Amino acid sequence: MTFTRRNFLGAAMLACVASQAFTASTAFAAKPLTIGFSQVGAESEWRSANTASIKDAAKKANVNLKFADAQQQQSNQVKAIRSFIAQRVDVIAFSPVVETGWETVLREAKNAKIPVILTDRAVKVSDPSLYVSFIGSDFVEEGRRAGRWLVDYAKKNPGKQLNIVELQGTTGAAPANDRKKGFAEVIAADPKLKIVRSQTGDFTRAKGKEVMEAFLKSEGKNINVLYAHNDDMAIGAIQAIEEAGLKPGKDIVIVSIDGVRGAFEAMMQGKLNVTIECNPLLGPTLMQTAQAVVAGKPVAQRITVNEGVFPAEVAAKEFPNRKY
Amino acid sequence: MNAPVKTPASVAASEPARTPLGALLLQHPLLRPAAALIVLLVLDALLVPGFLRLDVKDGHLYGALVDILNRAAPLMLAALGMTLVIATRGIDISVGAVVALSGTVAAMLVGGATPMLPMPLALGAALGVALLCGLWNGVLVAGIKLQPIVATLILMVAGRGLAQLLTDGQIVTVYYQPFFFMGSGYLFGLPFAVYLVAAVFAVTMLLMKKTALGLFIQSVGINPVAARLAGLRTATLLVFAYVFCSFCAGLAGLLVTSNIKSADANNAGLLLELDAILAVTLGGTSLAGGRFSLVGSMIGALIIQTLTYTIYSLGVPPEVNMVVKSIVVFVVCISQSSEFKQLIARAKRRPA
Repeated sequence: MTFTRRNFLGAAMLACVASQAFTASTAFAAKPLTIGFSQVGAESEWRSANTASIKDAAKKANVNLKFADAQQQQSNQVKAIRSFIAQRVDVIAFSPVVETGWETVLREAKNAKIPVILTDRAVKVSDPSLYVSFIGSDFVEEGRRAGRWLVDYAKKNPGKQLNIVELQGTTGAAPANDRKKGFAEVIAADPKLKIVRSQTGDFTRAKGKEVMEAFLKSEGKNINVLYAHNDDMAIGAIQAIEEAGLKPGKDIVIVSIDGVRGAFEAMMQGKLNVTIECNPLLGPTLMQTAQAVVAGKPVAQRITVNEGVFPAEVAAKEFPNRKY
Repeated sequence: MNAPVKTPASVAASEPARTPLGALLLQHPLLRPAAALIVLLVLDALLVPGFLRLDVKDGHLYGALVDILNRAAPLMLAALGMTLVIATRGIDISVGAVVALSGTVAAMLVGGATPMLPMPLALGAALGVALLCGLWNGVLVAGIKLQPIVATLILMVAGRGLAQLLTDGQIVTVYYQPFFFMGSGYLFGLPFAVYLVAAVFAVTMLLMKKTALGLFIQSVGINPVAARLAGLRTATLLVFAYVFCSFCAGLAGLLVTSNIKSADANNAGLLLELDAILAVTLGGTSLAGGRFSLVGSMIGALIIQTLTYTIYSLGVPPEVNMVVKSIVVFVVCISQSSEFKQLIARAKRRPA
């Protein structure tokens, strides 16, 4: 599955580079594309991988990338976008720190006829023509994938009632809401799957462990499955399960989301059953979309990045390929 | 300083007639926090099946009560330090940042399967960093006379930032086994963390009760100018309080890091300072400085952790967590207010 994905991405990128070379040699002078990119900051492992992917893809696609780190401040991001407009870049791309308050600056970009592409996070604007495309993960789909894996698992182990405990992400955060929604939607079809406990673990290892401890005490051996909204909470919970004298991955099946390094290590030790990827490697798709926009080709307003599902069986094989 | 002091309210509430011992107990400042804790535990025992059950697993005790003690350990340490700072009429909001910093330093030095430094040295370095943080806070407050909240605000921002800088914002996972003992090891059936807290508590208590230090700190809190004129070295005492507070936070950081076998500079000890302040307040210590109660702060920390545990095990939806917590905190705090006690006393007297 992943191999085909990688091949697909690679092929798409090659096609892109080729098409750019073609148009460059025929229609335009060989002037590289300039993209101004404003990043949220460097707040997580995920974000660092995201930044690396964008810088890397720009280099490979021969794009002149102007990179600005907003350090989690919307004001910095607005300043960066204005400076991109002043520099007359070909495309502006950014990962918005917050959802609202973008109307003015996006209108300035539109008036300057510079297309805007959003990555990873969306914005709320009254006029959808203020940006051409939004590239990012579909959190609801990630939840659905976790659910589908579990439904499959239930089919392979029939007859057994599966009681699920859920570790939610930070209350109110979009990934937490969406991952909960997608998962609940899929497992609703199977009456054997039932969520018996659901509590927030704030996306952290420490809280994941603490909440799981409490679940283990109040539900005891009644728990068959743990569904964690991110890998870090799952890693914390694994420790709690071990300290309770149970075998994570066997006595309690663990499904989590993100696909970070720690999750792969846990899977290789047989302590985690599956991780649903939340792909930070948006760079190639961004470059591809930017080139399409500049070339005047139509692009979708919503582009979902390719994300894999990695069960423990493929962990060892896939681990060396992981970039984050 | 833990001795019952008669506030106007308690005097009013205990009009003569009662037996002296009963009256004394009712006036005891620890009565209300202790009662709150007991009520919470009784609620849990009634509502959560098997709450009081203790099993032996792998040669140690296993159960909800052990979890609460173990989980409360970092908060209890932070609250101990915070009590002394608050007693000097100060406040330290950099506790969480120091937790993150000390945990990060320890995790980075202990590192992978084979540590970069021998473990005692690594732990010493982490605590050393915490002591430096305390010294920095103390000098800003006592030397440069910045307001405590402003002085410690600097470290609150910078400390976590430094920890994130050290780790590139990534979670540092520790693979070195002996390091795990501190936060998740057991001694004579109980988590090691509990013994650590008990030891720090005992030493602090001895220092406060058996030496004049407690009295000195109290007098600085009541009136720093008068204390200085009376010949106390107020500056030294202030620096001591902040250094002690940071030291406790540093220890808490080691516990947290060792417990989850990794240092998460972004989240370790996040908002712990506020929980510590709350624990001190729940324990009956006034933020105005002066009189303080170490035992009270310990009970306060246990109230907070028991409440958190209750919320998890009762299946309260996460959206409601904060509301439930704030209601309990509100009730406990209100019950300690002298105005409120007077109100109750008056209401009681009226029908009679």
